[in-house]
Amino acid sequence: MRFKDVFSIIGPSMVGPSSSHTAGAVRIGLVAHQLLGAVPKRAEILFYGSFAATYQGHGTDIAIVSGLLGFATDDIRIPNALSVAGEQGMDVIFGQGKGLFSHPNTVKLLLETSEPEARKLSLVGTSIGGGNIEIVSVNEFRVKITGDYPTLVILHEDRTGIIADVTSMLKSERVNIGYMSVDRKGRSGQALTVLELDDMLPDSLIPALQTIDHVQHISKIDLSQF
Amino acid sequence: MKFRTLAELGVLCAERGLSIGKLMLEEQSAESGRSQQDEFSKMAAYYDVMKEAVQRGLHENTTSRSGLTGLDAQRVVAHRQQQEACLGEHASNAMAYALAVSEVNASMGRIIATPTAGSCGIIPGVFVSSQERFGWDDEHLVYGLFAAGAIGFVIANNSFVSGAEGGCQAEVGSAIGMAAGALVELRGGTPVQAIHAVGLALKNTLGLICDPVGGLVEIPCIVRNGFGAVSALAAADMALAGVRSVIPSDEVIQVMLEVGSAMPEIHRETAGGGLATTPTGRKIMKKLREQKKPPRS
Repeated sequence: MRFKDVFSIIGPSMVGPSSSHTAGAVRIGLVAHQLLGAVPKRAEILFYGSFAATYQGHGTDIAIVSGLLGFATDDIRIPNALSVAGEQGMDVIFGQGKGLFSHPNTVKLLLETSEPEARKLSLVGTSIGGGNIEIVSVNEFRVKITGDYPTLVILHEDRTGIIADVTSMLKSERVNIGYMSVDRKGRSGQALTVLELDDMLPDSLIPALQTIDHVQHISKIDLSQF
Repeated sequence: MKFRTLAELGVLCAERGLSIGKLMLEEQSAESGRSQQDEFSKMAAYYDVMKEAVQRGLHENTTSRSGLTGLDAQRVVAHRQQQEACLGEHASNAMAYALAVSEVNASMGRIIATPTAGSCGIIPGVFVSSQERFGWDDEHLVYGLFAAGAIGFVIANNSFVSGAEGGCQAEVGSAIGMAAGALVELRGGTPVQAIHAVGLALKNTLGLICDPVGGLVEIPCIVRNGFGAVSALAAADMALAGVRSVIPSDEVIQVMLEVGSAMPEIHRETAGGGLATTPTGRKIMKKLREQKKPPRS
């Protein structure tokens, strides 16, 4: 089911004018903000399909930047996001994406941070209507992230038993997995596991998960307050 | 959720002896793991935002950033105060309130997407005007929103609710179906009657393209919200009178999927066809592009 609950139909509370082109775009930006754990220093924002055709009129550009700044969908600062980004030292470049895209409302984000550490993130997000989103790619890994549930994004090496180690820790905390996606760059190469959970983990468990052999990085996503 | 179709929703309501709104609240609480009280409060807060948006649209300046739209709700109200509206007072109010909320949206004000921002005026237009007319308390209307949400949930999962995917039929059409079904329930109709209202309403918007001028959620989106509120009242009246959707509502939803999937890309919110590419539409688009950097940058 693409839409899972009543508030994906009635809601979100948002600043207009478009749920798919404004609120959905804010939420895609927010996922990137949470994956980075910081406001990016540089953001290249490439629009595809309907996003490319109409992003200026709908404020999709300022909406993506609002999300990258950590604004909620009904934050009244959204109309001024570009100046806030400038004040925070974010370089923003907008462009039109080339090639095939998975949905009429698709955006690719190429992001870099300097704080707290230099990191790069590439992300492809689609806005599927009513403010609902699906992130379909993170750093070239195929994923499916809706942001509707607390989500763990685990970068690890492709080794036997890592998923079992992670899920057994979740079991011991009695946290249920609702949806899971796994992709890898190649056999024994880098892999990305995404877990949509029914409840957010206690913060103490993230460091514990990070001690699992061959786990490289863990990020949390939770848009329930946005 | 334990239902995927409107038929299944109707059966569940009958088995449990619940209205669609009350069933949806139970199902929502089961899905989220939060209490029914918490979920009810969240929806009640959304209803407050809807009422605020109606008031803002009726009393504040809703001129959009492009300058193309605004203040039409206030024109409708002023006209009705001068002479009797063709629609009559109540339908005219529903239309004005729907225009008001859509204009607040276009001027970057706060609204609730129902199911989307492009169609955010229809449910508040129908709900707030009906509340004033029939003297209902807020609690009644909040259950109505859960009913509307249940209907939208089925449409969204079997077809679509965004103009970019399925045209305006998916966006404004879905909102009309949701408002019509919910209004039947608010007026004391049965779940089966509410489900017939959905099919009746959706049939009237099948094929409607999404062709916003300049790509903005303004022309024709705002007036379609006004018309949509009136259509929802009509569909609710038919269903309450016992008119049935002979083609079952679930099958009408499948037609929306078929028509939307076949719709060319130029008619799916790309501003590449329809009203957007009329001579006047092109002129407006050209002017928007020539505008120097907007104040936001």
